[in-house]
Amino acid sequence: MSTYIARRLIYMFITLVGISIISWVIITQAPGSPIALTMDPKVSPKIIAQMEKNYDLDKPIYQQYFLWLERLFTGKLYSFKDGRPVMRKIAERIWNTLLLNVVSILIIFSLAIPLGIFSARKRYTFLDHLGTFGAYVGISIPSFWLAYLLILATVKLFGYPVLGMRTFVEEGFTTVDIVMDHLWHLMLPSIILAIGGIAALSRYTRSSMLEVIRQDYIRTAKAKGLPEETVYYKHALRNALLPVITLFGFIVPGLIGGSIIIETVFAWPGIGRLAYQAVLARDYPVVMTVLTISAVLTLIGNFVADVLYGVADPRIRYG
Amino acid sequence: MSSIGDASYLNPVLAQDSASSDINSFVFNGLIKYNRSLDGFVGDLAESWKVETGPQPVITFHLRKGVLWHDGKEFTAEDVKFTYDKIMDEKTNTVRRSSYELVKSAEVLDPYTFRVTYKEPFSPGLDSWGIGIIPKHLLENVDINTTSFNRHPIGTGPFRFIEWVSDEKIVLDANSQYFEGKPDLNGIIYRIIPETALNEMEMLTRGADYSSISPFEYRRMEEIPSVKVYSQPSLGYTYIGYNLKNPLFQDRRVRRALTYAINREQIVQYVLYGLGVVATGPFPNQMWYWNPNVKPIPYDPQKARELLAEVGWKPNKNGILEKEGKPFRFTLITNSGNDTRRDVAVLVQRQLHEIGIDVTLELYEWSVFIKDFIDARHFDACILGWGLSVDPDAYEIWHSSQIDKGFNFTSYRNPEVDKLLVEGRREYDIQKRKQIYWRIHELIADDQPYTFLFVPLAISALEKRFFLLQKDQAGKEHLEPIRMEKAGLLYDITKWYVPKMKQEVQFQK
Repeated sequence: MSTYIARRLIYMFITLVGISIISWVIITQAPGSPIALTMDPKVSPKIIAQMEKNYDLDKPIYQQYFLWLERLFTGKLYSFKDGRPVMRKIAERIWNTLLLNVVSILIIFSLAIPLGIFSARKRYTFLDHLGTFGAYVGISIPSFWLAYLLILATVKLFGYPVLGMRTFVEEGFTTVDIVMDHLWHLMLPSIILAIGGIAALSRYTRSSMLEVIRQDYIRTAKAKGLPEETVYYKHALRNALLPVITLFGFIVPGLIGGSIIIETVFAWPGIGRLAYQAVLARDYPVVMTVLTISAVLTLIGNFVADVLYGVADPRIRYG
Repeated sequence: MSSIGDASYLNPVLAQDSASSDINSFVFNGLIKYNRSLDGFVGDLAESWKVETGPQPVITFHLRKGVLWHDGKEFTAEDVKFTYDKIMDEKTNTVRRSSYELVKSAEVLDPYTFRVTYKEPFSPGLDSWGIGIIPKHLLENVDINTTSFNRHPIGTGPFRFIEWVSDEKIVLDANSQYFEGKPDLNGIIYRIIPETALNEMEMLTRGADYSSISPFEYRRMEEIPSVKVYSQPSLGYTYIGYNLKNPLFQDRRVRRALTYAINREQIVQYVLYGLGVVATGPFPNQMWYWNPNVKPIPYDPQKARELLAEVGWKPNKNGILEKEGKPFRFTLITNSGNDTRRDVAVLVQRQLHEIGIDVTLELYEWSVFIKDFIDARHFDACILGWGLSVDPDAYEIWHSSQIDKGFNFTSYRNPEVDKLLVEGRREYDIQKRKQIYWRIHELIADDQPYTFLFVPLAISALEKRFFLLQKDQAGKEHLEPIRMEKAGLLYDITKWYVPKMKQEVQFQK
């Protein structure tokens, strides 16, 4: 096991270096320049050239890459857009995105798994078909559109602001009010963010459940007269949820990845918006750092998922 | 207040985006500023100033005494010199430097007198002393590009900086020591709402009191009883630029014919919901240098056909214009992500098709569009817009010296315009400048290197509970409705007032 882990770690490191080099090339070689994105006749080409020099954009691409690496590790990496340390820009937003994503993942898991089991037990009944239909709607509905509708409906019904992380007038708010206000603002975006996930995961649980209950050992369990509840929740569910570990590998990077659309529509100050704006502004230091962090988390997520498989599923052994 | 983008640098020397400029205009002051009708200057940090014209003009600024920075230190001419030096420093990442390149020297005569000498007459240079002055004592020994000052600015302006929560809000409060008196508003909260379609929701729930809005929101905002909507022509215009290096467009009659064939009234109606005016030339409509005698070329497809026939373009059996067996065909490009320009392009394509011109549309991502097509001069015709400064100087756009490596990407060349453009920037007298720019307007409108499409209206929405607190001669205070000035709705913000019964938002101190 330990040699396996060591080998995986080495591979991960190599993969990471590869990812960062490829991303660097793609990002910096894409057309466009971080300097003077607007056409302003009062900005002469001479000044643009001087700015490019100030940002080291006149150096060869490999030198720029090493400069980025060096600055990343010495904490001297500054955003092109506002001259602030990149790490601080990311740090101040990461909790907002984490909060939103953790809440929506909790919603997904607490609703999707029971829904999936329910559908599997009632398979091919009217309720199961309704569930299937609902899942297709949930997967295919554009989230921004649903978000607009929900915002409109909430504002018309309650007349209370929903955009942003909090209501900005907090004069006279007690602690309870502030917490309630935060929860209110968290409600709509996390629901919207969860809908697709609920739809997908409940389908996943359903099919996995259906597969497991066809197995011999379930028949055996039923044959020896165990109550149906025990068969489903003790014997079947445990095995059916094994593939969920795979999902874990995707969830970890998703936690900070954020959603550009939801964060923009709800004016939520998170990582998704930061990264998107950075791409538009060709703010290379920010784009690269966010990308690298997601790459690290994806690799860690996959790694942890693989190791967990070994722990949870006795059929899997690492040599 | 709401804005779609977050600010970047709360430092007038470094700021480029409009969100930063908005905040900087509340926190900082320049030496002078434009008056409310944008046809002259009034003192800001400078009490008075004097321009001595000549081969090397000298401007002397006499500064206000006793102006305090928000941290309590006194403002002096040393701060002005420091601001200038920082702009000229090549290490400073500023795009403002071009406007100061003709400055020969800048000196501090005494703590309240600052003098600039120019290498040659350059009247647009006056405008550049409206830039916000930054404090020397706080920025002297730090790297201006990365200092924390850019996020916690200290200025001299009517509002003091309190806090900035990234992508969420910027909070300012009234400066009780402001040299023109403490503003009546307690403060300003500048919120970042990235999705324009949702401005209306924020105005409805009182999440925002003021917001600049897009044409499509106009009707809906007007329907909110507590909101008043204001509009006026903006400082810019949208146009179709023709590449004059392309033989197709070299004859002036062809370009004029294209303008005759394009129904600009219809474009304004359909694309801007009527919230714009047809442009007649290279200047925005409400400014003093816009020539009212230049009449817009009317929509007249018959006239367009005649003009084209004069040049030799005759319709073939399919109705497409042809000359020496070649059809009249070109590609119209614009940038993606701008729905207005895309819609304009579609309408123009259809309108030109009606007189037998075959137009292909292509859209490119902004950076690609600029680098590979505009900068490379590799296009037939393009739809773009200019956002202009208040000063009429348009040397960079129209002078023939800017053809190879400048903003004259249509390669327009007219010796008389060249001469007038140079004269215009050397002349300080506004009456003489007016004559010069009126003539330039006429000449360029005649040549039609662009089809000048429209000047869009700048629209903003404001809660109705705000008023202007004015004093009459007897010193008695009275309330007046807030007016849209040429200099913008916010020009008098230091005098905005909310009657007691309507005060809702209390400030936390």
